[in-house]
Amino acid sequence: MKEKLVLVGNGMAGVRTLEELLKIEPDLYDITVFGSEPHGNYNRILLSPVLAGEKEIGDIMLNDENWYQENNIKLHTGKEVVEIDRRNRKVIAEDGTTASYNRLLLATGSNSVLIPIPGNDLKGVVTFRNIHDVTTILEIANKKKQALVIGGGLLGLEAAYALKQQGMFVTVVHLMDSLMERQLDPEASSMLRETLENRGIQFLMETATEALLGEDEVWGARFKGGLEIAADLVVMAVGIRPNIALAQKARIHCDRGIVVNDTMQTYDGRIYAVGECVQHRDQVYGLVAPLFEQAKVCANHLAQLGFAQYRGSLTFSKLKVTGVDLFSTGDFMGDDTTESIVMKDVDRGIYKKIVLKNNRIHGAVMFGDTVDGSWYYQMLRDQTDISGFRGQLLYGQSHLGDSGHGGANTAADMADDVEVCGCNGVCKKDIVNAITSKGLFTLDDVRDHTKASSSCGSCTGLVEQILSFTLGGDYSEAPTAKPLCKCTDYTHEEIRQTIQRQKLTGIRSVMDYLEYRSPDGCHICRPAINYYLMSSWPGEVVDDPRSRYINERAHANIQKDGTFSVIPRIWGGLVTPAELRAIADAADKFNVSTVKITGGQRIGLYGLKKNELPAVWSDLNQSGMPSGYAYGKSLRTVKTCVGEEWCRFGTQDSTSMGVRLEKLTWGSWMPHKFKMAVSGCPRNCAEATIKDFGVVAVESGWELHIGGNGGVRVRPTELLCKVKTDQEVVEHCCAFIQLYREDAYYLERTAPWIERVGMVKIRQQLIEDGGNRKALSDRFLSSQKFAQKDPWAERTGDAGFETHEFFPLEVKVSHE
Amino acid sequence: MSDWIEISSVDEIPPLGARVVHAEEMEIALFRTANDEIYAVRDRCPHKEGPLSQGIVHGKRVTCPLHNLVLELSDGKAVPPDEGCALVYPIKVEESRVWIKLQGVASKIKGSK
Ligand code: SRM
Ligand SMILES: Cc1cc2nc3c(=O)[nH]c(=O)nc-3n(C[C@H](O)[C@H](O)[C@H](O)COP(=O)(O)OP(=O)(O)OC[C@H]3O[C@@H](n4cnc5c(N)ncnc54)[C@H](O)[C@@H]3O)c2cc1C
Ligand code: SF4
Ligand code: FES
Repeated sequence: MKEKLVLVGNGMAGVRTLEELLKIEPDLYDITVFGSEPHGNYNRILLSPVLAGEKEIGDIMLNDENWYQENNIKLHTGKEVVEIDRRNRKVIAEDGTTASYNRLLLATGSNSVLIPIPGNDLKGVVTFRNIHDVTTILEIANKKKQALVIGGGLLGLEAAYALKQQGMFVTVVHLMDSLMERQLDPEASSMLRETLENRGIQFLMETATEALLGEDEVWGARFKGGLEIAADLVVMAVGIRPNIALAQKARIHCDRGIVVNDTMQTYDGRIYAVGECVQHRDQVYGLVAPLFEQAKVCANHLAQLGFAQYRGSLTFSKLKVTGVDLFSTGDFMGDDTTESIVMKDVDRGIYKKIVLKNNRIHGAVMFGDTVDGSWYYQMLRDQTDISGFRGQLLYGQSHLGDSGHGGANTAADMADDVEVCGCNGVCKKDIVNAITSKGLFTLDDVRDHTKASSSCGSCTGLVEQILSFTLGGDYSEAPTAKPLCKCTDYTHEEIRQTIQRQKLTGIRSVMDYLEYRSPDGCHICRPAINYYLMSSWPGEVVDDPRSRYINERAHANIQKDGTFSVIPRIWGGLVTPAELRAIADAADKFNVSTVKITGGQRIGLYGLKKNELPAVWSDLNQSGMPSGYAYGKSLRTVKTCVGEEWCRFGTQDSTSMGVRLEKLTWGSWMPHKFKMAVSGCPRNCAEATIKDFGVVAVESGWELHIGGNGGVRVRPTELLCKVKTDQEVVEHCCAFIQLYREDAYYLERTAPWIERVGMVKIRQQLIEDGGNRKALSDRFLSSQKFAQKDPWAERTGDAGFETHEFFPLEVKVSHE
Repeated sequence: MSDWIEISSVDEIPPLGARVVHAEEMEIALFRTANDEIYAVRDRCPHKEGPLSQGIVHGKRVTCPLHNLVLELSDGKAVPPDEGCALVYPIKVEESRVWIKLQGVASKIKGSK
């Protein structure tokens, strides 16, 4: 018999937990759900747009009754659970329905607070929490004119705006002297107030409500000090309180909320709790993003995988009032240990304040232009070192030159048929449709369903914007510590550390140790694990070709028609006539249709069949040319200029330096491709300042530059240091590569890696600590002893390695 | 039409890997999973004809090398939310020899390496 799981509370957190559970373990439990509301599961967040008449109730349903049926879930709507009988492990609803459980999940949400003043039970006095409240408010709004909203927080202001849209006169009364004082600083708050006043909403600040007036129905309100105003609808939006009555009655330990540990268990190990009703590490949350993170962890434990942990969430706030953009996150007030950078443009109604501590974002608050909110939030969570672009921080991500963000082109202003993802040809409307029709919440969901942002990723920012304006504040970004892929909950860092601490040397043993949930991983994690193994234990680990992307497995780039390209190494861009002749001969012999000078100072032969590769390689090998690794997450090219030898400006022999660096570093496996260049003077003809490692000769020696990137998001290098001798160039180069190999995540190029860890850390390791630099360089050189074997040479000839890779099985069809 | 043709031995296909089988103008990808199950799929991705034989095999699935569509080896269907379906051929394994049935293809086929 299957175990029984009962969920009490058919709301956003509870049902999300079930969805996560069904994704990983669809058949583990018989599931029963009790919900006191008479509906399926709906998106509570979108009640505000429903109230404003911008959406219908039907638009906000997440899971209708069919969904429960399809997943064999027994659903009791309109039944409140009134008792948990822990001894006999069953729950009892008010109408007497019972259900027994092996595991119980409480997700009872919260209740709106009613302030204890006379008249709070009059007709026309309502809270703003569920569909029932919204229909009640809309009924009154249809007939009456005067609305009073008590509370100037997020919910109160959304209600006030909605009622204004419904044609009422709206007054907001607020106890404090500034609106949304917990989410905004006084500056942003006063701009918000002005904007809302311009839209015709009135405010009574620093005012306490003393009584609501009326016999049966409300007709007015009286404030401290004696002021009275007319009101035939009063919406109380003064806060929420975790709904813990049921848990308390069952003597489950509660404080402000139901107390849970990092695995979302209450003090009774069979009983889990998620959502607004819980208190975790002393925090209670009232936004969906953290609840969804909790749901994921809880599902992991319900599925008996038992390794995920919830460690609390960092949240951000937005207001869903059309045309009012505000955003805040973290500690945006600051104190004497922090510094702030502030921009205010009164005419355009824009205000931004970023609070920094040790060159990292500590908090941010913005009004008017919030396009970069999620960017700041991301950097706050990742604790990104911003010293490299502090000057541009306030101007936003688009000023860093990310072509995908298209400057001022914000998602909300885009026409429906504008292409958002150039790689996969996905338009804005495709994304919006997928979000609304399939109930998507996260970037990963959108990637799965539309392919947008799943390729080069340059449109990620735009897709995130589309998500956030389509969903309102309901957009839950992926948690900081992103799992490597869907096969595991562990992050890149955790996996690498496990490999090193446990001395794991095979992919299978890594998967077993981490209790992988898929039989043998997928195309995302296997190459990553293979890399972490190879780079952690050089010489010991045997490369797994089956965990290599085809290009690295076949040592050639696959083309759109299934043929391959061959690019031999051309050291530092120097060729001899004999080499050129050998390339030309190979092109003739194998009937190569395209011969191209590549962007990396080399020559590519295109359109070769896979079974021709070993023969082509063998010919090129004979003229001394090994593989150019144009396919590898490894050293690609070292571009050079002619330098001192010929150029009238050249100050050093850049060509020889390029060749020397290439000979030292080829063949090493890295997290991503790695490009170098050496220019003979600051005119920089080899474009060294957009390379992963760039060397520029100057009179007195060499300048070393790191972290440049051409490609999707152009990023110039940062200067690492100046050195005098050739030997120093070599040592810094090797040490830098090794640091990158040991620290960056698989598929992270040097540019994003440096943005993540910060130049400060890199300088510490490479410049300030000379001993460490030497040690890194030594580790690199010793791993090169195992890595520098020409893969082409290994795969040609009779004793060729992996020959089955290249030759098909021929089967004859005999036509009778 | 319904004849089984011997095409390979299990050992000729690397575990978690694939071999390409040429049968005149047809190209078939022969996959082997971690626990030695064998599947045969036409070597053309339903998306843009990518050669599936060149993809990474995981579980009972393969990821197309061109744009990462993931297909079930057993029935050729794309794993949702992707859409599409590749042609699969019946396979049987007897004493480590692999046999295939080529439906809808020219009448009789003789196997040889
Ligand atoms: C052949 C070449 C274009 C050419 O005809 O000249 C080329 C071809 C490809 N590039 Fe490139 N890139 C080539 C130089 C460049 C350059 C210029 C350079 O290296 O100076 C850049 C910009 C500089 C940079 O990388 O910072 C470049 C930025 C990219 C990018 C974007 C990388 C980024 O970080 O944004 C990709 C996509 C990726 O790697 O994920 C890419 C990916 C590709 C791939 C591998 C696409 C693919 O996955 O199939 C192409 C393979 C074609 C093939 O089969 O050979 N190629 N690519 C150039 C090979 C140089 C060589 O000799 O090895
Ligand atoms: C108008 C509005 C706007 C919001 N806007 C945003 C926003 O922009 N961004 C954001 O992140 N968050 C927003 N929120 C907050 C967000 O909706 C909540 O954080 C989220 O819904 C909480 O999920 P939950 O599952 O914990 O509780 P709920 O969604 O409230 O679900 C709890 C459910 O349990 C049921 N229940 C309770 N007790 C019992 C019982 N004993 N038996 C059976 N059923 C029971 C309740 O009826 C309810 O249906 C908004 C909330 C409101 C009301
Ligand atoms: S070679 Fe580079 S730029 Fe050209 S199409 Fe391919 S990936 Fe794009
Ligand atoms: S051809 Fe297979 S995914 Fe595009």
